[in-house]
Amino acid sequence: MSAATVLRRSRAGTALAGQPPAPAGGRGARRLLVPGVLYLGVFFVLPVGTLLATSLYAPVPGGELGQYTPALRWQNYPEALGAFWPQLVRSFAFAGAATVVALVVGYPMAYVIAVRARGRRTLQGLLVVLVVAPFFTSFILRTIAWKQILADGGAVVGALRWLHVLPPDGRVSATSAAVVVGLTYSFLPFMVLPLFAALERLDPRLLEAGADLYAAPATTFRRVTLPLSMPGVVAGTLLTFIPAVGDYVNSSLLGNSTTTVMIGQVVDARFFRLLDYPTAAVLSVVLMVTILVLVTAYVRRAGTEDLV
Amino acid sequence: MTAVGTDDPTVERATAAGAALEIEGVSRRFGDFLAVDDLTLAVASGTFFALLGPSGCGKTTTLRMVAGLERPSAGTVRLAGQDVTGVPAHRRPVNTVFQSYALFPHLDVLENVAFGLRRRRTRDVRARALEALELVELAHLADRRPAQLSGGQQQRVALARAVVNRPALLLLDEPLGALDLKLRRRMQLELKRIQAEVGITFVHVTHDQEEAMTMADTVAVMNRGRIEQVGAPADLYEHPRTAFVANFLGQSNLVPGTVVEVLDGGRVLGVDVAGTRLRVPAARSVAAGPRVLVGVRPEKIRLVGADEQVGTAHDVLRGGTVVDTSFTGVSTQYQVDVGALGTVGVFAQNAGGTPVHPPGTPVALAWDPDFAFALDGDEEPAAGTVDLDDEP
Repeated sequence: MSAATVLRRSRAGTALAGQPPAPAGGRGARRLLVPGVLYLGVFFVLPVGTLLATSLYAPVPGGELGQYTPALRWQNYPEALGAFWPQLVRSFAFAGAATVVALVVGYPMAYVIAVRARGRRTLQGLLVVLVVAPFFTSFILRTIAWKQILADGGAVVGALRWLHVLPPDGRVSATSAAVVVGLTYSFLPFMVLPLFAALERLDPRLLEAGADLYAAPATTFRRVTLPLSMPGVVAGTLLTFIPAVGDYVNSSLLGNSTTTVMIGQVVDARFFRLLDYPTAAVLSVVLMVTILVLVTAYVRRAGTEDLV
Repeated sequence: MTAVGTDDPTVERATAAGAALEIEGVSRRFGDFLAVDDLTLAVASGTFFALLGPSGCGKTTTLRMVAGLERPSAGTVRLAGQDVTGVPAHRRPVNTVFQSYALFPHLDVLENVAFGLRRRRTRDVRARALEALELVELAHLADRRPAQLSGGQQQRVALARAVVNRPALLLLDEPLGALDLKLRRRMQLELKRIQAEVGITFVHVTHDQEEAMTMADTVAVMNRGRIEQVGAPADLYEHPRTAFVANFLGQSNLVPGTVVEVLDGGRVLGVDVAGTRLRVPAARSVAAGPRVLVGVRPEKIRLVGADEQVGTAHDVLRGGTVVDTSFTGVSTQYQVDVGALGTVGVFAQNAGGTPVHPPGTPVALAWDPDFAFALDGDEEPAAGTVDLDDEP
C-alpha cells in the first residue's frame, strides 16, 4: 500500500526481535526476484544513470542545436540553477500548498468514510468509488474542465466576487490559486485513500477510552485519532506532494506563462522545444535529489517508524 | 488529592473515598430492543458491586450508561447524590476497565497510565503513574508498548490506567474474560486486594457467577434488562427468589408442587410433589399461591439406598435411578432419574467412605428440609440454566 505500511512492518519486526522469522528458501526465492531486478535495472537504474551523465554533457563546439558530447561540464549545474531557481522554488511551494489543502479537505472525507460510515458496507463502498471515480476519465480532460469552472464568467468567480473574497474585477483563472486548486484536485484521491486505510483500522473503543479518561472530543482527536492515523497522513502527503512537485499539466493549463510556471514546464520546454538536454537533465536531477532529501527529513520527523 | 487545573466541578468531586451510585428507572432502547428495562439500583460507597447476568442481559449497557458512553432513553443516574445523566463521559469522575482493555497502542505503558492525569493537568504525573504501575506490579515495564505485553499484563495496565485517577467509581467490564482460568483466579484476588487498598467503589460486570461471588460484597443478578435479585453472594445462593437466580447462581433442582398444608404453627409448608410430601420452611418460600417450585441445591442432597430408612428430620424422594456418574475429584456428580419429576442433580463430597454409585443403581434422595426453598409455581423451572458454550 504505502511507505508507511512498510515502515510499520519493519517496526513490528524489530519489536519482536526475540523470534525473527526464519529466512525462507535459498536459490528458489532469489530466482523469484529476477524479473523485478531486471525491470528496475532497465527502467530505473539505467535511465537515472543516463540522466546523470546527460546533466554533465557539453555542447559540441560549432555544432547544431541539440548536439552534445559526453563530458564532465559541472558548471551546467550553477548555470541551470541560476536561471531557473524561481520555478524550482515555486514548484515546491505550490506542491506544499496543494498538499496542505488536500490534507485539510481529505482528512474529514476519509474520516467520514472510514469511521462514520463504518458498518454500512454499501455506503462505504459507494463513497470509496466516488473518491476514485475521477480516475475513470482522462487527467487532461478533467484539468481542462477546471479551466471552465474557474473561468472569469463562471459561477465560482461570480460567487467569490459576490462574497467579496475577490474584488469586482478579480479573477481566478491563470493565477497561482488556480494552479494550486488544480493540483489539489488532481492528487486528492492519493491523499484520501491512505488516510481511509489508516482510519478504517482505528478502534472506536479507543475513542471511548479517551472520553472515559477525561479527554474532550477534540482532545481525543488530537491525542488518539490523529497519532494513530499518522501512517496514513505520511503516506497521503507523500503521494500528493511528490507527483505534484513535478507536475506540469496543471500549471500549463490553469496558470499563465510567467508567474505560475513550474519546474516541470521548464524541463518540458528545455527538452522538447529548445533541445537543451543538459539543462533539462540538471533540473530533473536537482528535483529528484531535493525531493529525496525533503522526504527523508519529513519521514524522520513524522516519526512514522515509531508508530505501532 | 490533587485534581487541579480542571475547570470542571464534576471531576473535582472525585475523591479517594469512592462515591455511591444510584440508578433510578433507567431504560435503554436500541430500536425495538429494550436492552435495559426500568432498572433501579443502588451501590453503596466503597463497596465491590457485581452486576451478574448472561450475555445480552443489558449489564454492559448499564455500565456504559454509568460511564457516560451511552445515553439512557429514560431515567436518572446519580453519583454521590448528584444527577450526572446528561454529563458527557469525559466530565464524569468515573473510569472504566474495558473488556478489550482499549490501551492506546501508540503510547507506552507509562503514558497510557498517565493519560487521564495529563488530561486533568494533575501534578507529579510521572510519579503517580509509576505508583499505580507498582500497585499492579508492572513498574518495570513502564516503557513498553501495549503490544509487547501479555494479556494478563495488558489487563493490569488497563486497571492501573483507571485506578490512577482515583475515580469516585471504577467500572470493570468483564475485564478478566480474555484470561485463562488460572490467571483469572489470580487477578480476581488481586482486584479484590486493590479495591480494599484504594477504597474506590467498584462496579464489576461479569457473566461468571463464580467470579461475581468470590469478588463482590454485593451481587445484582440481571436478566433481560431487569434486576432479578440483589444481595450478598451467600444470601443470593441460599435464598434465591426466582428460578433464574436459583439456576444461574450455582445449580438447583426445581420441581413443581402444590402447598397442601401448613405445619408447625405456620413455620413449615407441606408441599405435595408428584405424590410425595415434602417440607419447605415458610420463611424460604416466595410463592404467593399454592403452586410452587420446590428447590434443593445438589450439594444438599444425599444419596441413600433405595429402601434405606431415613429419620423424620429428612425429606426423602424415592424411586430414583442413577443415570450418570461423573467423578470430578473433590466431588462426584450424579444425575438421578426420578420418573415424573425428571432428572435431579446430586453432588457428593468425596470425604472418604462414601461409595461411588455406578449408573443404573436404584437410589433414594434425602435432604434436610431446612435447606429446601420454594419459588413461585408460575416460573419456568429451566430459566437461567446456562449453556456455557454460548458465553463469550
